[in-house]
Amino acid sequence: MIAIIDYKAGNLSSVERALKKLGYGCLITQRREKILGCERIIFPGVGAAGKAMSDLKRLGLDEVLRYEYNAGKPILGICLGAQIILERSQENEAECLGLIEGNVELLPQPLFSEEKDRLKIPHMGWNGVNLRKEHPVLEGIAPADEFYFVHAYYPLPASDEYVFGTTCYGIEFASVIGHKNLIAVQFHPEKSGKAGLRLLENFCTWDGRYAE
Amino acid sequence: MLSKRIIPCLDVRDGKTTKGVKFQGNIDIGDPVEMACFYYNEGADEIVFYDITASSDRRDIMIDVVRRVAEEIFIPFSVGGGIRTIEDMRRVLLAGAEKVSVNTAAVLNPEIIADGARVFGSQCIVLGMDVKKVETSRKIASGYEIVIHGGRTYMGIDALEWAKKAENMGAGEICLNSIDADGTQQGYEMALTQLISENVNIPVIASGGAGNIDHIYDVLTKGKADAALVASIVHHGTYTIKQIKEALHAQGVKVRMRW
Repeated sequence: MIAIIDYKAGNLSSVERALKKLGYGCLITQRREKILGCERIIFPGVGAAGKAMSDLKRLGLDEVLRYEYNAGKPILGICLGAQIILERSQENEAECLGLIEGNVELLPQPLFSEEKDRLKIPHMGWNGVNLRKEHPVLEGIAPADEFYFVHAYYPLPASDEYVFGTTCYGIEFASVIGHKNLIAVQFHPEKSGKAGLRLLENFCTWDGRYAE
Repeated sequence: MLSKRIIPCLDVRDGKTTKGVKFQGNIDIGDPVEMACFYYNEGADEIVFYDITASSDRRDIMIDVVRRVAEEIFIPFSVGGGIRTIEDMRRVLLAGAEKVSVNTAAVLNPEIIADGARVFGSQCIVLGMDVKKVETSRKIASGYEIVIHGGRTYMGIDALEWAKKAENMGAGEICLNSIDADGTQQGYEMALTQLISENVNIPVIASGGAGNIDHIYDVLTKGKADAALVASIVHHGTYTIKQIKEALHAQGVKVRMRW
């Protein structure tokens, strides 16, 4: 069973539907004992970092996530869930979970494409991921696969060691980050067609181990 | 680098897909769930549904369509038509749509844009704009005016000013429909698309007029659109989404080629 962490940060039903399509059982929950009883955790999120962190704390879910991370349970962060696992976000100057060293920053403006067109903010639409390192959750993902992004802030881990994939949008930023049993993607795999479903399926069978 | 999106548009009435010319003479052409799956498997980057059901007491049919579509396709899709309140938005989003689009309701009550963005986030709120070319005047300085009722009612609002205002109020995207070009298959309204796209900092989906791949190429390059809406040319089988994307790719337009 997979726990989809519910802290009122956006619509979680699309993640649930994707897992159901893949044939994996899941539950959307904010209850500690339910989360502890699941084999793996998906940590999604849409919205602002400050509100997300205060909701997580109010529900005691920050402690649950830290506990499960340290216990080695496989965790997948999605979108905002790939940002607030870092230490600090420029958005609302929020103190975040600090599971991975680094910060979250606002995409700089103005940004320009290679053709010198001004790029719009947020970064919204399909973009590629340059795979930097192999990871069980990225197995079968090809360089030409694209994923659906919607965000204005981006993860900036303190070390390249945490970077598994990068994406170019005026700047090159880390779009897949991870450490130990935690892997996180800035895009929405549940909205990224077959490549996204493949990534989710990989996560559903991942034992949480990652060897360099 | 971000890909340009190709977005098939399905008009749905009483749970069935239709496509009319200039909003008249609609004919049923299929089941929206089946058509959405078909386009998803063909490489559509997103799908737009417009609910053109006339009577509001039949709107639940559309919610059911949205729910069934969401179980089958795993790309973003938006739903517009008949969205007048935050509660309407909530129902559509909870049923599984990624975005809602507001058009007439926003013209009559712009606050719905700000309210929707506050409750659901800007990324969920698409402003649909129906636009007609008019004589340039003091009031309509851009020469493009906002219309409603399928183009029958002129609102005295400049399209460019409206686009900027909607962006400031929290719209996350604009779906820009030229009533003059809609259904003609003679090409998108290029000047309008470029004007709006260059003056807002949110994505613009060009709508109305696609008749061949050159039209799509033009609006995504010279027209500066972020995405192109297609209807008749894919519904009638003139081109497949795959053919469109392969041709654009061959001409150097960045599009998603694996699906």
